[in-house]
Amino acid sequence: MSRLTIAGLVTSALLAGVAFAAEEPNADAYREMTYGDRDANPALLVIDRGEELFKEKRGPKNVSLEQCDFGLGAGVLKGAYAQLPRYFKDTDRVQDAESRLLTCMTELQGFTVEELTKQTFANDKRNEDNTDLEALTVYIAAQSDGMKINAPAEHPKEQEAIKVGEGIFWRRQGPLDFACATCHADDKKRIRLQNLGNFSKAGVDVQKTMSAWPTYRVSHAAVRTMQHRMWDCMWQMRLPDAQYGSPMTVALIAYLNAQGKDGTYALPGMSR
Amino acid sequence: MKIKLITVALLTALGTTVTVAADNDIAALVEQYIASGFKQGEKQHTERIVQDETQKQCTTYRNKIPSEMQKAFMERERATIKYPESGKLSGNWEQGQKTFTDGFAWRVGTIMPDKPDAVRGGNCYACHAADPKEVAAGNIGSTLTGYGKLRGNTPETIKYTYEKIYNSNTYMPCSSMPRLGHNGVLTPEQIADIVAFLVDPESPVNK
Ligand code: HEC
Ligand code: HEC
Repeated sequence: MSRLTIAGLVTSALLAGVAFAAEEPNADAYREMTYGDRDANPALLVIDRGEELFKEKRGPKNVSLEQCDFGLGAGVLKGAYAQLPRYFKDTDRVQDAESRLLTCMTELQGFTVEELTKQTFANDKRNEDNTDLEALTVYIAAQSDGMKINAPAEHPKEQEAIKVGEGIFWRRQGPLDFACATCHADDKKRIRLQNLGNFSKAGVDVQKTMSAWPTYRVSHAAVRTMQHRMWDCMWQMRLPDAQYGSPMTVALIAYLNAQGKDGTYALPGMSR
Repeated sequence: MKIKLITVALLTALGTTVTVAADNDIAALVEQYIASGFKQGEKQHTERIVQDETQKQCTTYRNKIPSEMQKAFMERERATIKYPESGKLSGNWEQGQKTFTDGFAWRVGTIMPDKPDAVRGGNCYACHAADPKEVAAGNIGSTLTGYGKLRGNTPETIKYTYEKIYNSNTYMPCSSMPRLGHNGVLTPEQIADIVAFLVDPESPVNK
């Protein structure tokens, strides 16, 4: 089935959800309604493409990513995403799935970071297909479907990333004086009709969010990853483009995953 | 500062000074991570990640400025307020309705920037209800429906409302509401129009 046909099916399924949201904004009901039919999630096609890309011999060194170590050993994907971000000895830094992917694509396959990060996200204004990075990420993440968010916090650098992430979350800056906390540190808040999770406390809000990404965003007609969400909220805060896979974005994700610990992944997600 | 000193004293008594050192380190690390966290280049406007004194204090105290600091804080904010050249703090409510509703625009970067000359609005519905016919209103701020009806169209109300929008922190340290005039999102004239939209008896806000 073509991407467009599936998108059409999903859109009609979602219309009911949108109408409902206008009457009484309720993210949970919306999620459950839209998430109902997992087989109709267009992200499944992107996952297939990600798998092909993962197993294909690519790059100047003409090797696949099958020997990439996402933290549970070379080649082990099952459950790896659920235990990220984590400290990696070889790079001596804490990495999330996406920054780790960059490491493997440069070290194993011989790509350069510059070429890989030239365009990290599909441009939804131009209705583009997902980038290779997005497809690979959702494939990797989907191998942790049904597992619990369980990023380690033992190594001092993991603890540092979580604490620094919390600090970044509260930092106010830019022409709108916003911090992440301005929108995500109170219960039951909305920007217009969009529900905002309270991520400043551990619990259901942040578990539901972190366990549902990567997600197929219907309004973008594309799969979106956590690195994209970090860029997106920074962009909405009128800040410069967040650097893909930077220690800053990884620290935010480490903090959010620490807050969302024990949430159960339902991947790929589907959202507005 | 005081909070920190007390913490140091307490933790020293418990013999865990190490934690305190770590806290200071974390604040320094936050700045390092931020400094390397964004793309560089002319279109990125990296000056936007540099904090002014107000933003720094609100970050340090997580928006809860100690009571003994509040007076000086609010005086500093008040000193930033500029008024329209005409001296009229309440303008045209119909124009104000549009500016109240329009988005902030002003996004930067190379991925999806707004046009630099795009009209900037107050995006007030993101956080506030106002005209009851607008259902897509956020709730980070309180409802402004019936604002003029409740407070009257008096010079005091007009002055307060103008100043609140120009620099929200004048009346509430570390408010979640952006300092829209001070930060250059809105001009004094745009703010005066919005004031009219909130207080004018003819405005849908007060119908
Ligand atoms: C001006 C308000 C605002 C600020 C500031 C903000 N966000 Fe958001 N955030 C939103 C909105 C609106 C959404 C979309 C919610 C929806 O889709 O219903 C969102 C969504 C998210 C999501 C996904 C939620 C989900 O369940 O799918 C995450 C994670 C997130 N933000 C994190 C952050 C982080 C981290 C920061 C700081 C870098 C931040 N946000 C700053 C408004 C904001
Ligand atoms: C990011 C959210 C946000 C935006 C955008 C925002 N506000 Fe606010 N506003 C708040 C919050 C929160 C408060 C309450 C705290 C305070 O008094 O500062 C508030 C308070 C106010 C008050 C004082 C209300 C009272 O009872 O005295 C007025 C008036 C007001 N806002 C008007 C506006 C207007 C007009 C705009 C658009 C130009 C706007 N706000 C944009 C969040 C916001």
